[in-house]
Amino acid sequence: MWRAEPNVEDLRYLATKAGLTADLCLTAYRQMSLIRFFEEAIAEKYYVGKQPDFNLAAGPIRGEMHLAVGQEATAVGVCLLLSDEDVVVSTHRPHHHAIAKGVDLNQLAAEIFGKVDGLCRGKGGHMHLFDKANNFSCSGIVGASYPQAAGAALAFKVSSKQLVAVAFSGEGAANHGTFGETLNAAALWQLPLIIVVEDNLYADSTPKWAAVGTSQQYQRALSYAVNALLVDGMDFIDVYRAAKAAVDRARHGYGPSLIEAVCYRYRGHFEGDLGEYRTQEELELWRRRDPITLLGERLKKLGWADEAALERARNEAKAEVEQAIAFAESSSLPDPNEAFAGVFR
Amino acid sequence: MRKLRGIAFGIAEAIDQEMGKNRDIVVLGEDVTYWGAVFGFTMGLHKKYGRDRVIDTPITEQTFMGMAVGAAAAGLHPVVSLMFVDFLGAGFDQMYNHMAKNHYMSGGQFAMPVTVLTAIGGGYGDAGQHSQVLYGLFSHTPGFKIVIPSTAFDAKGFTVAALRDPNPVIIFGHKLLTGLPFLPFEGDEEEVPEEPYALEFGKAAVRREGSDLTIISAGLMVHRSLKAAERLEHDGISVEVIDVRTLVPLDSQTLVESARKTGRVLIVDEDYQSFGMTGELAFRIQAEAFAALKEPIRRVAVPDVPIPFSEPLENAVIPSVERIYQEAKASVGKENKVARSA
Repeated sequence: MWRAEPNVEDLRYLATKAGLTADLCLTAYRQMSLIRFFEEAIAEKYYVGKQPDFNLAAGPIRGEMHLAVGQEATAVGVCLLLSDEDVVVSTHRPHHHAIAKGVDLNQLAAEIFGKVDGLCRGKGGHMHLFDKANNFSCSGIVGASYPQAAGAALAFKVSSKQLVAVAFSGEGAANHGTFGETLNAAALWQLPLIIVVEDNLYADSTPKWAAVGTSQQYQRALSYAVNALLVDGMDFIDVYRAAKAAVDRARHGYGPSLIEAVCYRYRGHFEGDLGEYRTQEELELWRRRDPITLLGERLKKLGWADEAALERARNEAKAEVEQAIAFAESSSLPDPNEAFAGVFR
Repeated sequence: MRKLRGIAFGIAEAIDQEMGKNRDIVVLGEDVTYWGAVFGFTMGLHKKYGRDRVIDTPITEQTFMGMAVGAAAAGLHPVVSLMFVDFLGAGFDQMYNHMAKNHYMSGGQFAMPVTVLTAIGGGYGDAGQHSQVLYGLFSHTPGFKIVIPSTAFDAKGFTVAALRDPNPVIIFGHKLLTGLPFLPFEGDEEEVPEEPYALEFGKAAVRREGSDLTIISAGLMVHRSLKAAERLEHDGISVEVIDVRTLVPLDSQTLVESARKTGRVLIVDEDYQSFGMTGELAFRIQAEAFAALKEPIRRVAVPDVPIPFSEPLENAVIPSVERIYQEAKASVGKENKVARSA
């Protein structure tokens, strides 16, 4: 909404120039829908047993829950450019990144339900998802993703592999010491690292104006001599264009980049968040810029998909989510003895 | 066989030999090139392996510990130097929330082969932020193997073992045992095989056999306990000195057997007294050897104060040969002493 809106011809030019095709965009639309339906389904199950009295320990999904509804374009716009071997380190709000990276939806759902078929056999839970097969991990500690992704990038550099590592974070994490420390190290060693800051305007309940000294976080990257790009995080095409440039640079030895994607989370910081810190008007304003709707409208405008194709993609995604939730619900809880295994290898 | 003076030489030689065989080993940390991580643990490596594998980092403990986590998850075996253990405050989140837990929390998917080298201990006037040992804090967190070498032989063998281990191992090297010229040296020059060898974690060493009292300690305190044992021998008291060598895994069995034999136990520790090694070892011993104990288990440790700077103050808190000797004497008592020397 703060970027010039290209007309159809210019949009086609921009998208094509970035390597986007009708097929890729439809894949992205389907992935973003998958994330949306997944997050909504988790929300529905999460509140089972938590109403009318909200109790974190009650119901089939225990603990805190941080959902990413509204932030689908950032995850898909970046991860569509990655291979299984590329590394993603995510945050306490990790589902959209995990799904975009290709993590198995059944195992993801089962982990969130604390089941034995979960990614981590129930030892991680929603904030601590690990998937070796897709080189995906995350951390519940704010600011922890940067150095870990940088470490993977260092490993790729040391072993001369043409791979990249991506650290996702919120804009709140970029106030953490690890942000500056990692930018410095990444620039110093020209690491194949991409930091993606999802600026959703709020760190927990604290608005950006109360916590950030600069107007945007990407400005700080520039001062560390790191290539930095500010994009519309509600716009898949804009995210993809920036990510393509950043991934290409990193993969071919031209060093790190930071992408700051301005976006919005429709739901609370965590489920149960009453949202006292923001207005309904603000929420409505951002909903009008919904990333999935926006991409769908553009695909129709470009003649790359019709409504029937979009509906088919949505229905497929919905069915996949229903199947994954059913899988998670029917999976067993782990044997209590599992708790005592695996401290050491 | 040639002799090595101090643990720093054993550690550096072990890393050198393993790096030569394993391309995945990289060294990270502050001043790891020219200064050999200051306390010698990485000396000489950068000349042989170059700056691509021996990497000086910015002074950013949390970030280079996090990089070690990420690099280990991506297939390397990082050796990370935490110059002084006291600096853990600046890097602890990545260590205790990630390095120690990611294998467990990932359901065993991600191995975490990281070897952390850190210098510990006081006794040379560096005060409260550069003189602690703190292995109790790390031992308390599930997921780290904790090694406290007291000899160059142990230092080399445990470092080789750490570099072949898929888990995070922390090697706590006492500054007064490094053998470096700018520090006092309380260890012994000793014969160490030139070829690489790995020692098994979780095997305590009986450094001196005795029958009246068991002294259990680690690191520098092993040497001070041995000196106290020599003095006690002149008084007719026979002391067994056990070096735990690794706190995690811990060889409880050797400690329990010795306690059953002597019936008296004194635990000597350079860490803070409360909620640490002394309490844990005492618990494990009494749980299995309670009936054999002739008196409550004793301890000598740093009373619960920070390490002060001024020499008489520092000497008052870090366990000395004299304090160990006095506590042992109090334990065994006069009548025993007379009986033995008769």
